[in-house]
Parts: sequence; C-alpha cells; structure tokens
Amino acid sequence: MSQALHVPTMAEMAAKGESPEVLFWVGCAGSFDDRAKKITKAFVQILNKCNVKFAVLGTEESCTGDPAKRAGNEFLFQMQAFANIEVMNGYGVKKVVTACPHCFNTLKNEYPELGGNFEVVHHTSFINDLFNSGRLIIEGGSFRGKRITYHDACYLGRANGVYEAPRNLIKKLDAELVEMKRCRTKGLCCGAGGAQMFKEPEKGDKDVNIERIEDALETKPNIVATGCPFCNTMMTDGVKNKEKEEDVKVLDIVEMIATAQDML
Amino acid sequence: MGIENIVFLLVLIAASLLFARNVQRIKKNINLGRDIDRTDRKGERWKTMAMVALGQSKMVKRPVAGFLHILVYVGFVLINIEVLEIVIDGVFGTHRILSLLGGFYDVLIASFEVLALLVLLACVVFLIRRNLVRVQRFFKPEMKGWPSLDGNLILIFEIALMTALLMMNGADQVLQARGAEHYASAGSFPISEALFGSWFTGLSTESLIFIERFTWWFHIVGILGFLNYLPISKHFHIILAFPNTWYSNLNAKGRFNNLESVTNEVKLMMDPNADPFAAPDPNAAPPERFGAKDVTDLNWVQIMGAYSCTECGRCTSECPANQTGKKLSPRKIMMDVRDRADEIGKLKAQKQEDEIDKKFLLGDYITEEELWACTSCNACTEACPVNIDPLGIILDLRRYLVMEESKAPQELNLMFGNIENNGAPWQFSMADRLNWKDE
Repeated sequence: MSQALHVPTMAEMAAKGESPEVLFWVGCAGSFDDRAKKITKAFVQILNKCNVKFAVLGTEESCTGDPAKRAGNEFLFQMQAFANIEVMNGYGVKKVVTACPHCFNTLKNEYPELGGNFEVVHHTSFINDLFNSGRLIIEGGSFRGKRITYHDACYLGRANGVYEAPRNLIKKLDAELVEMKRCRTKGLCCGAGGAQMFKEPEKGDKDVNIERIEDALETKPNIVATGCPFCNTMMTDGVKNKEKEEDVKVLDIVEMIATAQDML
Repeated sequence: MGIENIVFLLVLIAASLLFARNVQRIKKNINLGRDIDRTDRKGERWKTMAMVALGQSKMVKRPVAGFLHILVYVGFVLINIEVLEIVIDGVFGTHRILSLLGGFYDVLIASFEVLALLVLLACVVFLIRRNLVRVQRFFKPEMKGWPSLDGNLILIFEIALMTALLMMNGADQVLQARGAEHYASAGSFPISEALFGSWFTGLSTESLIFIERFTWWFHIVGILGFLNYLPISKHFHIILAFPNTWYSNLNAKGRFNNLESVTNEVKLMMDPNADPFAAPDPNAAPPERFGAKDVTDLNWVQIMGAYSCTECGRCTSECPANQTGKKLSPRKIMMDVRDRADEIGKLKAQKQEDEIDKKFLLGDYITEEELWACTSCNACTEACPVNIDPLGIILDLRRYLVMEESKAPQELNLMFGNIENNGAPWQFSMADRLNWKDE
C-alpha cells in the first residue's frame, strides 16, 4: 500500500528548531536516476513506517565528489567535500545514512580528514538496526522461498568490509540466498566503479557487467539483489543483454523489504 | 685452516659484499620516491606482517598454489639453519659442527631431508604449472621474455640446490658408515638414503668424497649465487615481503588519500579573507606536481611495492578489466614501476642525469588506455599476497593526467563540468534534487 511520502528537509527541521536522528544522504543517482529514485522512495517508506525522525538536505545536497576523485580530479573532489561538510556541520549533522555505497565510502572515509566527522551507515546496516531494535518487523511476503543472489558492491564489500548486513536482510525475507562463485572478498565488480559509470569502457572483448551477470545467472536466481544504484543499473543492463528480463528481476534490498511489507 | 677453507671464506666474503651492494642499489631506487610516514599503529603493523608475510594468510586463499608455496617457504627458512652449519664447517674445516646437539641433531637433519624433498617436489609441480598446465596468469603479455625465464630459472635453481643437498647427505651417510676419515657419524638421512643409498654404496670411497665435496661446494656456492640473483630477479620478494606488509595501507580499502597540496589550494580559494593579490612566499618550495608522472612522484612505499612483487599475477587474474580483455594489468603496473625505477637508478649511477627526463613512467611505460580501464574495485589489492597496492599508483597517474594535463576522456570531462556547475555528475539542476519526492 503506497503511502504519501513524508520527506522533511534539514532546513525545515532547523526552522522548527528540531534536529533529526539521522540525515538521509540521497546521492545523485538516488535523486536523478529514474531507477534509483524508486530505491530512494522505498527506503523513505521504511523510514516513515518506522517513524524514524530523518531529514534530507534536498536542494542543499551536492555530489560527494566520489566520481571526480576516482577519476583523478582531486581538486573538484575537495571543493565538493568542503562545501558539503560546511552545510552538514552547519546543521550539526551527527549521523548519515545513504543507499549509495560510493557516497557511503566517501562520506565515511574521506570526509573526516577534511573536517566532516559523521557516523555514516549504509541503508542495509540501518535497516538491520531497525529490525534488531524492534522498530521494523520483516516478513518475507512474496519473496518467501525465492532464489535470490546478492551482488557485492565493491565500495560496500571490499572497500569497507560490509558483507553481512545485506545478506542478513535477504535471509529475513525467508528467501533462499544463493551465492555466486565469486562473492564477498572475491566479488567481481559490476564495471561501474572508478567513474566508469560515466564513460564508455576501454576496448576489450567483453563488458564487465556481462561477465558479472553471467556469474549471477549461473545461480539460477529469481532475483539479483543489489545495494548500490550503479550496480543496479549495470546488472539490469546485463539481464537485458541476456534477454532474461522476464525471469530475473534486479532489485535493491530495500525495495524487497518495502515490497514484502506491502509498503510499495 | 686448509686452502679449501680460505677459498671458501673468500667466496663467502665476496658474495656477501656483492649482495650488500645490490641491496644498496635497490634501497636507493626505492628512495627515489617521495617521503611518506607509515609508522603509525605499530602494533597493527607487526600483526599484519606476522599474519600476511610470516603466516602466509593471503597465499592460502588459493589452496593449491598456497600449500605448495608454504612448503617451499618453510623449507627455505628451516634449511637455512643447515646453511648456517655449512658456513661454519666451510670456514673451520669441521664436519657437521651442529652434531654436538646430539640426538636432536638427527631429528633436525632428518626433517630437513623431508623438507628438501617436499621443496623439490613443489618446485617440480610449479614448473609443470608454468610450462605444461600453462596456468593462464603466467601467460599475459607482460610475462613474455625475461619475466617468464626468471620464473623458471628460480625453480630450476631451487631444484638443483635441493638435489645437491640430498646428494651431499647421501654421500656423507655412506662415508660415515664406512668410517671414512673426517666423516664422523652424525645425522639421520632417511630421504637421501632412500634416493641415493643403493647407488652410492656401490661407489668407491674416493668417488664418494668427490661427490660429497662437489655437491657441498655446488650447494653453498649455489646459495651464494642465488642470493646475488635475488636483486636482479622478481625473487627479491622473499626479503621485501616483510617490510612491504609492515608498511602496507591499513586504512579501509575504499579510502583514497586526500592530497594535501590540493587541500591547501582549495582552502585558499574558499577563504574569503585570502588576499588574491598576495605575492607568493619567496622562500616557499616550488609546488610539487599533482599526482604522478614518473616514479619519482610516487612515494617510496609504492616503489617498494614494485620491488616486492613476484609477478604471481593474482591481481591481474582478479582484475575485472583484465578479465574482459582490456589492456590494464595491475601486475604490469607494478613491473613498470620497478623497471622505470631501475632505469632511473642506473642513469643516476652512470651520471647521465640529463637522460632521465627523456622518458616517463606515464606514456613510455604505462599508457592512458590502461589507466582509464580501472574500476577502482580493489580486487587487485585484495588478491595480493603481500599487500601491494597497484590501485594507489593508478590513481596517482590519473591525477597527473587530469590535474596537470587536463587529459581525461571527454565523457569524464563532461562529468566534471556537471559536478562543478550543478553538483551532480549528470546534467540535472540542483534545484530539482528533491523532485523525486512528488513524482
């Protein structure tokens, strides 16, 4: 049952003299990419349902600078970082949650040295905490018994050691989690990292996302689960390339949780 | 001390001096790099070294190669105790000096024999993997020529050394049994007896003494020769694996360093009180290059990584770009850094400094096409058994391309422009950032 979204901004909260328990960092993909916007909304449904007092920066949010940094433009990255840090420190932000592993990594690891010290969590960890503290009840719903394979995002897994939070959620859906032959520390990139998302790949004999979707399809899944908007795009393209759209869905974990709880 | 001992002592001294000189050369080349402080969190560093280098924790992620490598590694380390004995015997003309350990000596020698055989067999399997099974990662373009020969030579070297050791023991054992002069009974030789016993018992005492002396000399001179082969070979990893893991990056893999030189510039730019017309401090050092164009722009830990690389190719075989046919190979990045550092070191030693700037790491060794294929996924750093970081080098080279030469692929320039102008990598207005809420 889709509810109207309640999305307060930091500015609105500040005007009322309130401060949220967490800032939801939406990210560029989550704000602008049609597919990723659905992930954003699904997460907000959960936040609303659990009465999490959160806020977004809205029009005051700007790119973290991740793709600029990975592409070598340290100048642009630091300009973005300083501007964002100034905004966040201005609002006294303490905790940040984001559905994008790239934003997550940058905010968590690269901002502190530049003056931005926040507790940063990925949305899968955040939802796990909601469950563990009893604020969210997870039912399997239509996902019960489905074969789901999880694709590790590099910037969540290898880069930051978050392997279990997403998997725990899949298991809570009473779904059958099937691992690809390359998973966790050995997970294969989707091909979008390091600013590849924004350019054509170099010459080669295959696209990385095709190689990866083959890993995924080998597990004969009903669903390929992701925790990253870029991975989602790459895997979705891979499924289309293999003409498997009918049989295999690519979903962010938060979408599955929200759908199963009848929120979408 | 007989003439033989004096000759041995001279060989020993010469080999040690030569090795010291070779190590100095590599040290100088490593120090071509910029300074970096990696001496924080000492406890964690010792632990990393103990786990990764001493304990081979990342080697065993590939069980077959990992297990075989542990055999060779343990064999190498322990058999060095016997080398110590050989050196003492060689200098003083004694026979198996450590036999004063008594019964324990028998256990020691017997276990060395078993290890020597295992090392030998492991090396044979390695040779088979390299040449008959043709494990794919040993046949990438960067392995053509010397790197491939180097890999085989090392294995052949080790097989020859272990064979000599076992033959020496075998001859010694028969001589001991015959009560030959100088060959006092000492040690237990299960393997050499099984391998050479029936052959050697049929030989005359003179022939056996010749075999024993020949293999003794062959073994120790071989080891000293091998020691001096290390610095021109990828095999130097047996030494540098230890410091390389100690100095390795302990931060989250996703964390890329923030360039301090850029921070200063950006802060100045954003500071409303900064005087835009202020003359630069005349005593200030000239600004350093942003990113890296040559190995001298890298830091010394990055160059040490290049000398620690034994070209196993696990990084390359895990690299998504390489697996899908792109030119990028993280191993090649490390080999290029090493070769370029070697080249600069050589030119400096020959006082041909003006030749150095005729070539650069970027362009002459590593192409832009390789650099732009990287997805920064950290598969290479995860795979490296000695914590080498090719990704950091790729990033530094990209930084030079972008910040000094504005040479990013066109699509990336568009992305930069979008971030600069509207705060997102795509062309969407910042004012539309919250539109999703009502869609």
